[in-house]
Amino acid sequence: MRIAVCIKRVADSETRVKIGPDGKSLDEAGVKFVLNPYDEFAVEEALRRKEAAGAGEVAIIAVGPAAAQETIRTALAMGADRGVLLQADRVPADGLETAKALAAELKAGGWDLILFGKMAIDDYNQQVGPMVAELLGLPCVTCVAHLDLVEGKGTAEREIEGGLEVVEFPLPVVLTADKGLNEPRYPALKGIMAAKKKPLEVKPAAFGRGGVEVLAMLPPPARQEGRIVGEGAAAIPELIRLLREEAKVL
Amino acid sequence: MAPKFQGVDFYDVDNLLNEEERAVRDTVRAWVDEHLMPVIGEHYVEGKFPKHLIPGMADLGLFGANLPEEYGCAGLNNVAYGLIMQELERGDSGLRSFASVQGSLVMYPIYAFGSEEQKKEWLPKLASGAAIGCFGLTEPDFGSNPGGMITTAKETKDGWVLNGAKMWITNGSTAQVAIVWAKTGPLEDLNGIRGFIVPTKAKGFTAKDQKGKLSLRASDTSELVLQDVHVPKEALLPKSGGLKSPLSCLTQARYGIAWGAVGAAMACYDEAVSYAKTRVMFDRPIGGFQLQQARLAEMLTEITKAQLLCVQLGRLKDRGTMTPQQVSLAKRNNVSMATDIARETRRLLGANGILAEYQAMRHLANLESVYTYEGTHDIHTLILGQEITGLSAFN
Repeated sequence: MRIAVCIKRVADSETRVKIGPDGKSLDEAGVKFVLNPYDEFAVEEALRRKEAAGAGEVAIIAVGPAAAQETIRTALAMGADRGVLLQADRVPADGLETAKALAAELKAGGWDLILFGKMAIDDYNQQVGPMVAELLGLPCVTCVAHLDLVEGKGTAEREIEGGLEVVEFPLPVVLTADKGLNEPRYPALKGIMAAKKKPLEVKPAAFGRGGVEVLAMLPPPARQEGRIVGEGAAAIPELIRLLREEAKVL
Repeated sequence: MAPKFQGVDFYDVDNLLNEEERAVRDTVRAWVDEHLMPVIGEHYVEGKFPKHLIPGMADLGLFGANLPEEYGCAGLNNVAYGLIMQELERGDSGLRSFASVQGSLVMYPIYAFGSEEQKKEWLPKLASGAAIGCFGLTEPDFGSNPGGMITTAKETKDGWVLNGAKMWITNGSTAQVAIVWAKTGPLEDLNGIRGFIVPTKAKGFTAKDQKGKLSLRASDTSELVLQDVHVPKEALLPKSGGLKSPLSCLTQARYGIAWGAVGAAMACYDEAVSYAKTRVMFDRPIGGFQLQQARLAEMLTEITKAQLLCVQLGRLKDRGTMTPQQVSLAKRNNVSMATDIARETRRLLGANGILAEYQAMRHLANLESVYTYEGTHDIHTLILGQEITGLSAFN
């Protein structure tokens, strides 16, 4: 079983981010970066599939700056075999550009499975996985919450509004992982030491053309401070009046 | 779910760490958040060690993590090892004590003083958590003066017979194996002190938990009694000899404690900051008052100093030039500052500070033990005094 997992280095959701001086990107100073949490599910699934098959390879591919090598090492510490960094000063805002760089790298790989997280928690685009599938002419199943593979084909469960959707597909396939697909392992200390010795190839990212440009990045509007109308049952008529006349929600 | 612990790093100490060291720290930090933090308050109140966490700690490779890979250990450097201790004690001193004893006081002496057969037999088992160990040096009447011990080992034709009692033994009732220090010659001969690997199921060996502890409640502390315990010749740690053997184990453990104390201090500081920013009194957050700001500024300063002390101590240890006196300075300083920070956090939290729901009072109570064990604060003062003047205050 040959599996490629495409991962992204993203700002930790616990860190406070600031918008950079260009008004279009994040100021990275002092920001802690982590492996995108949805990608952890993809890495874990790849490792489990390889372990179940008893043989194969799990390769980690990322588009990002030199510092993304540390993110790739996290996945190698979990147990992946090797990494490839398609290096670029910054990850393009247009998913298509990134997808073209990844597809160029993945094209000749002979992969059985190509896994992604369902989305990156920094841009919420959910595009790159399906775009790579399209560029490679492969089927794609997004938001996979349960996966079964048997001899060249697979079934996946997707959590959709109010229920489950079960789909079948042939291999090779591109899948994007949802929360709940598995419980990602911690990189054990021996794994962290072993990761140092695993191959990690760095080459320039060959971006293709996209068509989307970020014009501006804005902080969310400041929330107005709440107001206490009164206490107890006596305050209810005034509250209803305000909800009706000021907030206009009733 | 509680927010993930972010650590304290005012001086970009992260930048003094390499990629593996940070990765190890982050792994243990996340594990503590997920597995220890949700249960520690309850275990502490009930006085129970969270035994169910042992397999998870072993799977991560936390036991004896700075010992070589050929014995089933992670082969980390000493800075990474220190960071593990820091993160465990950020959770609770009891959990860190467990790992310190297993790694520095059981695995280390087998590694340093054991035969190749002993290392091959015991180290992989201890690293994987298949066996738990304890360390018997302190006795009811000999704490700061371990050289006065009265536990004896008499050689017979096929082995040794041990007699004596050991006290304040972490993991004593959980352990399958004890490293017991005993005098093999006359009581006044300190060079006759040797270490023995004693299975706790051996006839004549009993371990009884010490009750009524108001500190380290999530850790087992026991009294060991050895009454005519027969062990084979191979139980002796062949390269052990003299009081310096057990003391060198303590140097390893104290090194980890210096780091661990920083973890406990960071946990308290983190709690103090978040409380100060959200607790409103006199119509504004208490963090806006000068008295609380002074508290917080003092805490941040002391933590930052202690962090830098630890990183440099770790680099010295990795270089092989660290002295026991340097470890004394770090253990003494860091545990004392952590105890002060825990106390100040407890006070900043007002009445809430006495609840198990918060961390400060648990850390404060724990740190009072840490202040006393592994060389009391006072003894480390005298070790430094001797180092400075060349005059011993206690010999």
